[in-house]
Amino acid sequence: MGVYRAVLAGGFRRYATYRVATLAGVFTNAVFGMIMAYTYIALWRVRPHLGGYDETQAVTFVWLGQALLTTTALMGGGCETELINRIRTGDVAIDLYRPVDLQGWWLATDLGRAAFQVVGRGVLPMAVAALLFPLAWPSSPLVWLAFLVAVALGVVVSFAVRYLVALVAFWLLDGAGVVILSNLVALFFSGMVLPLTVFPGALGTAARVLPWSALLQVPADVFLGRAGGAAGVLGRLAFQAAWAAVLLGAGRLMQSVATRKVVVQGG
Amino acid sequence: MADAGVPRAGRPVRPFPPGEPVPPEEPAWRRPADGLRAYGLIVGMWTRSALAYRLSFVMMTFGNGALTALDFAAVAIIFGHTTRLGGFSLAQTAFLYGTSGMAIGLADLLLGSMDGLGQRVRDGTLDAMLVRPVPVFVQVAADRFALRRLGRVSQAALVLAWSLSRLDVAWTPGTVLLLPVMLVSGAAIFSAVFTLGAAFQFRFGDASEVQNSFTYGGNALTQYPPTVFAKELVRGATFVVPLAFVNWLPATLILGTPQPLGLPRWVDWVSPLVAAAVCAAAAVAWQAGLRSYRSTGS
Repeated sequence: MGVYRAVLAGGFRRYATYRVATLAGVFTNAVFGMIMAYTYIALWRVRPHLGGYDETQAVTFVWLGQALLTTTALMGGGCETELINRIRTGDVAIDLYRPVDLQGWWLATDLGRAAFQVVGRGVLPMAVAALLFPLAWPSSPLVWLAFLVAVALGVVVSFAVRYLVALVAFWLLDGAGVVILSNLVALFFSGMVLPLTVFPGALGTAARVLPWSALLQVPADVFLGRAGGAAGVLGRLAFQAAWAAVLLGAGRLMQSVATRKVVVQGG
Repeated sequence: MADAGVPRAGRPVRPFPPGEPVPPEEPAWRRPADGLRAYGLIVGMWTRSALAYRLSFVMMTFGNGALTALDFAAVAIIFGHTTRLGGFSLAQTAFLYGTSGMAIGLADLLLGSMDGLGQRVRDGTLDAMLVRPVPVFVQVAADRFALRRLGRVSQAALVLAWSLSRLDVAWTPGTVLLLPVMLVSGAAIFSAVFTLGAAFQFRFGDASEVQNSFTYGGNALTQYPPTVFAKELVRGATFVVPLAFVNWLPATLILGTPQPLGLPRWVDWVSPLVAAAVCAAAAVAWQAGLRSYRSTGS
């Protein structure tokens, strides 16, 4: 476990180094958050209580999306590009003969990254939002706790998906195309474009059971008290945990196939 | 020619062996043509390199168009819940979406890789560009040229075509001419914003993400009706970063919608002048940024 803790701390420090970049990112979050908040307000003015949210909750949803954008990597940007590069150049061979599990290593890195970004890119945009708009804050510390657990599970699900995406590079070599498509799906089915409760009919139903809803929709519903009591909250967290287990398992399977069947690129 | 080997920013330098006659400077009118030719060569190189992984290229082009199509899916879902947003119909919003998307799509295709300048400053690879006999601007603009960005342009063009088929516009010769003019002016305005952002990165390379607020953020802003936003935001997008001239203002003439800030009507026609002005400002900023560049020395 010591190794993974060190890798996690390394991931945190690595992202914490670029302070100016973090501030620039927060500025961008604020601009996009503002633009989206105004469009949501315009929509909720004509359709109050759309998707089960009132106007304040809808605006809060927008800013939660900005706050979690990098943490649960809704547009990608975690470890997958780096891992793909290592697969393409063949450096992954070195990773594979380290006495550490490949998936565990990258998961620890990604958790370290997320731990920094939830503070650096999560707290600051929410603070900006609080100055600009009235927001719907949780009333109880227990809700905050449940929200943090939901975010952590969201990061694990997000990692598990991106790890699968990165492993595709063992077969395709250039993973850029898969990464773009994967980010696209994550952006749409996480609730970042619009809350999934606003999606029409079958699309909405499907979107809510797909793994990407664990990245934003579930944490946001927990935060906004829309999960429906303690049982509802536990149900949502179990939903996230189940997807995390399934996808991490799929990652292990794909990893063993890749390392057994695929010849590593040499140079 | 004592300083022949020393790169000076922005000026191609060719070291000549001592004793050999130095060829005369090329006439000024040749330089833009040379720059364009160099741009074409670099673009061709990156395109060939992208086509080496064909499946990935197809996925990326499709993904690039689909990524922006998601924005439109959001617009479509919103209009599934209401017939008007800020007083604008779906077709009118689609017109704003299409014009804004084509303008930024063209700028993004032509010089969208300029946001990578900060990275080049940080790792010192910009130095290599300073000694090549091609303008630095051309090299940075064509750097990592991505043909896949045609995906965004085509998707926006489709939405624009659809909106035009749905809109009931009282076309006059003026407004027929205005449509291509506003697309070109819009692309020029976004190009100027990309260039300004890159110039800013000579000094603040780590802050490259700020640029996204004005480019992609500007696109997100102008694809929705101006009536949705707070007046201060619309004022900022008119007088500070003139994104309103990309489509909001000229579109009022085509859609017959009210002028967002109640400015005189002639303002809706001046997008090309605004575009020229911001391009000039961007050129000055670029020169200043390039001159202030200090290599990291690695």
